[in-house]
Amino acid sequence: MSEVLLRACDVTRRWGGLVAVDRVSLELQRGQVHAVIGTNGAGKSTLINILSGEIAPSAGTVELLGRDVSAWSQPRRAQAGLGRSYQRTTIYPEFSVFENCRLAAQARLQRPWAWWERADRCVAGNDAALAAVRRTGLFDVLDRTAGLLSHGQKRQLEIAMCLATAPQVLLLDEPLAGMGAEETDRMLELLAELKAGHAILLVEHDMDAVFRIADRITVMVNGSVLASGEPQAVRANPEVQAAYLGGH
Amino acid sequence: MSAGARSSGLLAPAERGKALFVVLAFAALALYPLAAGQFGIDLVTKIMIYAIFALSLELLVGTTGLVCFGHAALFGIGAYAVVKLSPEYEAGSVWWLLPASIGAASLYALFMGSLSLRTRGAYFIMVTLAFAQMAYYVVHDTPLGGGTDGIYLNVKPVVAVGGRTLLDLDDPKTFYGVTLACLALVFVFLAVLLRSRFGRALAGIKVNEQRMRATGFETYPYKLAAFVVSGALAGLAGFLFAVKDAYVNPELLSWHLSGSVLIMIILGGLGHLRGALIGAFAFALLQEFFKSEAIWGAFAKHWHLGLGLTIIACVALLPRGLVDVPGQWRARLTGRGAPGGAGSGAGA
Repeated sequence: MSEVLLRACDVTRRWGGLVAVDRVSLELQRGQVHAVIGTNGAGKSTLINILSGEIAPSAGTVELLGRDVSAWSQPRRAQAGLGRSYQRTTIYPEFSVFENCRLAAQARLQRPWAWWERADRCVAGNDAALAAVRRTGLFDVLDRTAGLLSHGQKRQLEIAMCLATAPQVLLLDEPLAGMGAEETDRMLELLAELKAGHAILLVEHDMDAVFRIADRITVMVNGSVLASGEPQAVRANPEVQAAYLGGH
Repeated sequence: MSAGARSSGLLAPAERGKALFVVLAFAALALYPLAAGQFGIDLVTKIMIYAIFALSLELLVGTTGLVCFGHAALFGIGAYAVVKLSPEYEAGSVWWLLPASIGAASLYALFMGSLSLRTRGAYFIMVTLAFAQMAYYVVHDTPLGGGTDGIYLNVKPVVAVGGRTLLDLDDPKTFYGVTLACLALVFVFLAVLLRSRFGRALAGIKVNEQRMRATGFETYPYKLAAFVVSGALAGLAGFLFAVKDAYVNPELLSWHLSGSVLIMIILGGLGHLRGALIGAFAFALLQEFFKSEAIWGAFAKHWHLGLGLTIIACVALLPRGLVDVPGQWRARLTGRGAPGGAGSGAGA
């Protein structure tokens, strides 16, 4: 069960004098939700950006499915099985829910030279999109323009778009932000379901949710790792309590 | 399986309306020479060439979201290529001159695109302008381009197979037909292209390039391919323009023309192929109208003023372009703002 899908070693990112991420190492295993918590500005989103290849690290390496991908571009990493969601919803608001997912699925089957083939006739792409829409509970709003969805549905759509690309590793940046209690429950159920086949990195502020779902927790403060381990151990850690959890 | 069923349905009413409009427009263009005199045929031929040029830019601006302000360079290079490569005292062959013309424009598009696509937004606009100005000054100020006076094409190229001339491009009506066929081919090509995976990827890049990259699309090669295809089509338009007038001058590469073609597609409505078509006709006909001394008398020499004010009014009143006129009417008739709300009951 301890299949490591993504490994970061001493990942560091400096912006001039500021060290946003300072020698962070972590492992994501299939079947686990690894939560990264920390105050605003602790470097969580920067860490996701480095892991997904959106920004280059100043130092350190990233390994995906056993291969060193430190020099790979973001699209190449995505092709290799790395999916991510954004803290600020990043979808195609003008397209339908289905087309959002279909276009994401297309990334796996690009065939850009086949200019005479209709994109919406690609059975594999349509099926992958449909499966992702079903899985995330968006089937009823399949044809709705994505920009008109509720906030919670948009967050679900973002996960659906990730799933349509058939990733192995999911990096989720605050998927629960701004969600109501019911929506949160549904999203946590989905994550629990997805856990079996994926390695999930979850950046989240909702501590109740984190302790409900996470198998491992890493606490970041000022860009570096303060503590990392099983939820109970992290919760009991006095340093973590002083720095972040407070009375939790 | 149900996914397949979703996409194979009949055209939605809105789609049918658009298709009908395009078919009627092309039918009208096909019948036009039967009724028109020489001036009319010459004018509409010129407008159709501009329409091809506008369609080529629509692929970049309307579809991919790349505002290119140097497209005239590609048009002009296509035009100059015919004249420079034609033999001086005999007719060149279209079979070689047309690919050469399109090839030259594509090659410059590849050069221009590969460097300018490293920038974004306003910088992209400025860098494409700079590349166009470079080409302009090469043509304008070096012996290569023949300077301000331009160059004449002594003998128009011929369409011949085995020594037999199939089409006489010197005949205005034949040339009208050839231009119309090119316009129809370009339109259909782009319509098919936009439905393909490539076209959908370009649409995705326009809406959200960051998400495209995160999903696994290397967006740079896509944008570069769009730039080169667009350049090739602009080269085709340039070829037709040079053959039509048998004359080229540096103004074909000037930023005025780059601006005009941008105005055409904005006027017609960005994001729609028929917008480029409508825009080219609207722009050229407005220009003819304000230039007409029969209507305006001596004031006709200030035609820029009338044209400019009309364009400003159009853009202010129809921010989505002339293609949105039916939508606006519908909204006004039903008293509703949302175009999707009205008239969609039958489809649902």
